[in-house]
Amino acid sequence: MTRELIKGNEAIAEAAVRAGCRYFFGYPITPQNEIPEYMSKRLPEVGGTYLQAESELAAINMVYGAAGAGARVMTSSSSPGISLKQEGISYIASAKLPCVIVNIVRSGPGLGGILPAQSDYFQATKGGGHGDYRVVVFAPSSVQEAADLVMECFEVADQYRVPVMLMGDGMIGQMMEPVEFKEPKKRGLHEKSWATTGRQGGERNVISSLHIVAEECYDFCLEREAVYREIAEKETRCETELMDDAEIAVVAYGTVARIAKNAVLKARAAGIKTGLIRPITLWPFPSDIINDYAKQVNSFLTVEMSTGQMVEDVRLAVNGQKPVHFFGRTGGIIPTPEEVFNELMKMAEGEKHENNL
Amino acid sequence: MKTIYKKPDVFLSENMHYCPGCTHGVAHRLVAEAIAELGAEERAIGVASVGCSVFAANYLDCDFTEAAHGRAPAVATGVKRVHPNALVFTYQGDGDLASIGVAEIIHAAARGENITVIFINNAIYGMTGGQMAPTTLVGQTTTTSPGGRNPAGAGYPIRMSEIIATLDGAAYVERAGLYDVPSIARAKKAVKKAFETQVHKKGFAMVELLSTCPTNWGKTPVDAMTWLKDYMIPQFPLGVFKEV
Ligand SMILES: Cc1ncc(C[n+]2csc(CCOP(=O)(O)OP(=O)(O)O)c2C)c(N)n1
Repeated sequence: MTRELIKGNEAIAEAAVRAGCRYFFGYPITPQNEIPEYMSKRLPEVGGTYLQAESELAAINMVYGAAGAGARVMTSSSSPGISLKQEGISYIASAKLPCVIVNIVRSGPGLGGILPAQSDYFQATKGGGHGDYRVVVFAPSSVQEAADLVMECFEVADQYRVPVMLMGDGMIGQMMEPVEFKEPKKRGLHEKSWATTGRQGGERNVISSLHIVAEECYDFCLEREAVYREIAEKETRCETELMDDAEIAVVAYGTVARIAKNAVLKARAAGIKTGLIRPITLWPFPSDIINDYAKQVNSFLTVEMSTGQMVEDVRLAVNGQKPVHFFGRTGGIIPTPEEVFNELMKMAEGEKHENNL
Repeated sequence: MKTIYKKPDVFLSENMHYCPGCTHGVAHRLVAEAIAELGAEERAIGVASVGCSVFAANYLDCDFTEAAHGRAPAVATGVKRVHPNALVFTYQGDGDLASIGVAEIIHAAARGENITVIFINNAIYGMTGGQMAPTTLVGQTTTTSPGGRNPAGAGYPIRMSEIIATLDGAAYVERAGLYDVPSIARAKKAVKKAFETQVHKKGFAMVELLSTCPTNWGKTPVDAMTWLKDYMIPQFPLGVFKEV
């Protein structure tokens, strides 16, 4: 096993190449620039194509063309750029094309700042673009997991013919950690017989997002809905730690889950029975797991780098069974383990706890 | 009986949804003939745009990807980079290419993207019901310029061929018209040339075809052709703007 010390953004790019990604279209934006920079050097080495597009709009539409042509293709950006990509993501979902989109989230709204944030949760998980569709969203909490998950992203995208997003905050992109690049877990998928390659003596293929007849659009949406349900059933991922006897469950994802874990350990040392629930897929959201724990724990604490976005899904999952509290830092401010610990102490002492920013 | 003229097989026998007198059908046929004459039916990949020609795949029997409004050159870039030996073309209206998709067309040309662009300039937004286009003539009445396009506020029509021709990546740029038999014969040559430019890997090629929209212009098909000749050509002169 060889491990190398590598920056998150570069690990994501290298893992994508190892997963068979040969096309990358992007546009510069901090804090994800190491991804296109790495790809511009690496892809030509493996016979692939890197292209700096004129905008994120163009980049995602190049992805659409390449995905339709049957390629493993990726783009990456950060929050303002991901907003521009939403048009293309909706079309890609509508045309049933697989692709991978990386969002290294920075603070916002607007131009915002370049520091880490989780404030694109709503955009990533609740549509983002127009229409009835879903994007599968993976949220790694370490550089190793980012490398592992980006490989999975391509398999999931190809298997279900959906756009898949890898969403990390600025910390995931910028920090260096030891990484072992594993063999990608191939799912033994079929050839892309639907791709536009030219007729080549066979039937022609048409990639389209147009469903102009109401009944056809209806059938299409229902067919996709069935696929989204299958994804929810088979691809939902979540990690739990110290939950067996927990009375307070902390719910956090990405790097915040690591901060929250330190707080949980500290609280345990202080005699408070807490545990951690870490969603790894944000859509599909691990609602069933959270709902089950709602029968066991006395309360939940959701911790996020936002003013409170995932907490809404936690509340839906808990469905009124137990109180769900929130602690957040936003705008590029990172919550500290001490702050989260203090929240847990307050909850343990039964203090009235309001949403706390 | 001897066959002296027949439509190419790649041109399907579907009933067209285009309005009577609209020249989209003529332009489609020229594209089909060029593909057939180059023997490229098996490796042609079209990129349809958003506009009246969104249904182009219904009439041309080759692989197709249908792009979002204005993004066809970006989509075609993705397709062409994956299949460099395919014959990749976009088919775009003036709203698509000269308004919402200006960045995509300029940069595809600047990159010398080895694709062929068929640009239908009918001086109006056909699909959405006759609104002002970036190519609408000064004084031309549309549903959003009811008093005629007034440059004070609405600005001036854009000459895309001239703009694209200034870019080093553009290998072939011509503007032709579809208003009578001789002009269509010349347009046919231009379309073929634009595809050959791609076959010879010379770079980006675009043919702008001045076209009619009798329905939204409020004219008979014949009057529309006369109007094209009398009013559009002075604003959008025909000719080859770039050939390398
Ligand atoms: C993002 C977006 N904006 C607006 C529209 C609505 N729309 C459809 S076609 C069109 C203009 C078409 O005009 P043109 O490109 O000139 O082609 P024509 O229909 O005249 O052939 C517009 C504005 C759309 N589909 N998508």
